[in-house]
Amino acid sequence: MSNLTQIRDLTSLIAMVQGRYVHTIDDGDCHEWPDFFVDDCFYKIISADNYARNMEAGLMWMDSKAMLHDRILSLLEANVYERHSYRHILGQPFITSVEGDELESETSFMVARITREGPTDLFVTGRYVDRYRVIDDDAKLVTRIVVLDSNQIDTLLGFPL
Amino acid sequence: MNASEKVSQARPEWPTEDGASRVPYWVFQREDVAEIERARLFNGPVWNFLTLEVELENAGDFVAVDAGETPVIVTRGEDGELNAFENRCAHRGSLLALEDRGNVKDFTCVYHAWRHSLKGDLVGVAFKRGIKRKGGIADGFEMSKHGPRKMRVEVFEGLVFGSFDPDVESLKDYLGEEISQRITRVLGGRKPVILGNYIQVLPNNWKLYVENTKDSYHASILHTFFTTFELNKLSQKGGIVVSKNGGHHVSHSSVDAAAEKGKDTYKEQKIRSDSDLSLSDTSLLENFKEFGDDTTLQILSVFPNFVLQQIQNSIAVRTILPKGPDSMHLKWTYVGFEEDTPKQRKIRLKQSNLIGPGGYVSMEDGCIGGFVRRGTIGSPDDSAVLAMGGYGIETSDDRITEASIRGFWTEYRAKTGL
Repeated sequence: MSNLTQIRDLTSLIAMVQGRYVHTIDDGDCHEWPDFFVDDCFYKIISADNYARNMEAGLMWMDSKAMLHDRILSLLEANVYERHSYRHILGQPFITSVEGDELESETSFMVARITREGPTDLFVTGRYVDRYRVIDDDAKLVTRIVVLDSNQIDTLLGFPL
Repeated sequence: MNASEKVSQARPEWPTEDGASRVPYWVFQREDVAEIERARLFNGPVWNFLTLEVELENAGDFVAVDAGETPVIVTRGEDGELNAFENRCAHRGSLLALEDRGNVKDFTCVYHAWRHSLKGDLVGVAFKRGIKRKGGIADGFEMSKHGPRKMRVEVFEGLVFGSFDPDVESLKDYLGEEISQRITRVLGGRKPVILGNYIQVLPNNWKLYVENTKDSYHASILHTFFTTFELNKLSQKGGIVVSKNGGHHVSHSSVDAAAEKGKDTYKEQKIRSDSDLSLSDTSLLENFKEFGDDTTLQILSVFPNFVLQQIQNSIAVRTILPKGPDSMHLKWTYVGFEEDTPKQRKIRLKQSNLIGPGGYVSMEDGCIGGFVRRGTIGSPDDSAVLAMGGYGIETSDDRITEASIRGFWTEYRAKTGL
């Protein structure tokens, strides 16, 4: 493991990037969500139970930035659902390893869902299991596995997590 | 109106002259209807889908599932036979299995350590003879006369079904030849691999999802993913199959190869789009020839609550589980096969984006039942109209019909007496 200063710098870099990430989904322009990823990224949403059992499928399973673009396009232009939004609350990133210009980290999250006429509901909790590539003063996601604590999803899963 | 107020009012009569062409909204709302369903459907002469046999390969393997709202344990016994029985201790009713799956020698209740065999027989009572001749169980207590309720179990093409009614007809007869063939078409002769499982919690009565899954009319209207990206311009032909009693159905569509001759290729077509919207990564639509036919979609349901889905190479089974009148669980199991090549497996995983709680062509089904529940809350005595394709429940070669929904209600009324 690298020295404390390096880990502290990387932790704050990842925290900054993830701050922008949740702002983009919850309050910004979610068309920009794919820009947090490298072109040949991998993004998957899976439950903790399925993750522990090495299940291959996911609630979303995408292996390119273009697929992430398509997800947003479909969500905004094609799919039908009641107006709703998410509110992500993230924990501190925990850097688990550093190799060259790439690092692995985990971050806990809670996401509330606010539906048109409904209250604020706790929608999902879980952790991101990530691999980032540090590029200049930025970091891009190479892999993001969104591991949901529960196997249950209420109603539907729309926006990315 | 809360559930107890609903019960306190006498249950209305089904408008009999309307047969299955009108469905009164109270049937989705009332606790007393749910009671009747518990007694006459899920505990009655139906086959409940329980699990895939591949989950129970070795003696001692078990899964904890549900038959309707009843928790059930399914096991592979020492004799190699499959067993299913209530997940309920013979003594005071606690759950026996507290994990979803595992391998065990027996089920010992955590409460007072009453022990049950893999067949669901009570085989041990802790401190049966008391301590130092004091206490212990009553004289004449026969363990064999106590135990959780057992189900009859039958398997077809790796699908394990159970029934609480010992006199239910055989699974083979229950399914009938046409439905059986359509199941074999997807699962026959191959060993499935479970790729994932999820539970989607839906804010509506279970029968609203059953209607939705039998409704071939809504598919191209509600689910706009394919039309927005103009992915299904290919000449499609299709139809529905309704079983004789109405309870089971198949909706299918296929590429009309003859009508396709001389047209652009699939790939060229899906790139062009009148709406100027197109997918950047069309690998989502890659598929491989898996069946000896041109059928690209087959949605099959078995009364009352099982669905086998083939959308291109995306195979899944779904179980529709009631949770009181106003909620349900939709249990998804994504399936691949042992024989899949890595490339084929990847295609399946990519296509899994189409289905499930966040699926491009299924997410709408997660909210539509809730819209109906909320829309009808003030009108229990009003009715839905099922007039598309006439009023019959016949098999047809088009899908602009509600015949399979009427079929469901025909069988539902026959079984429940409502």
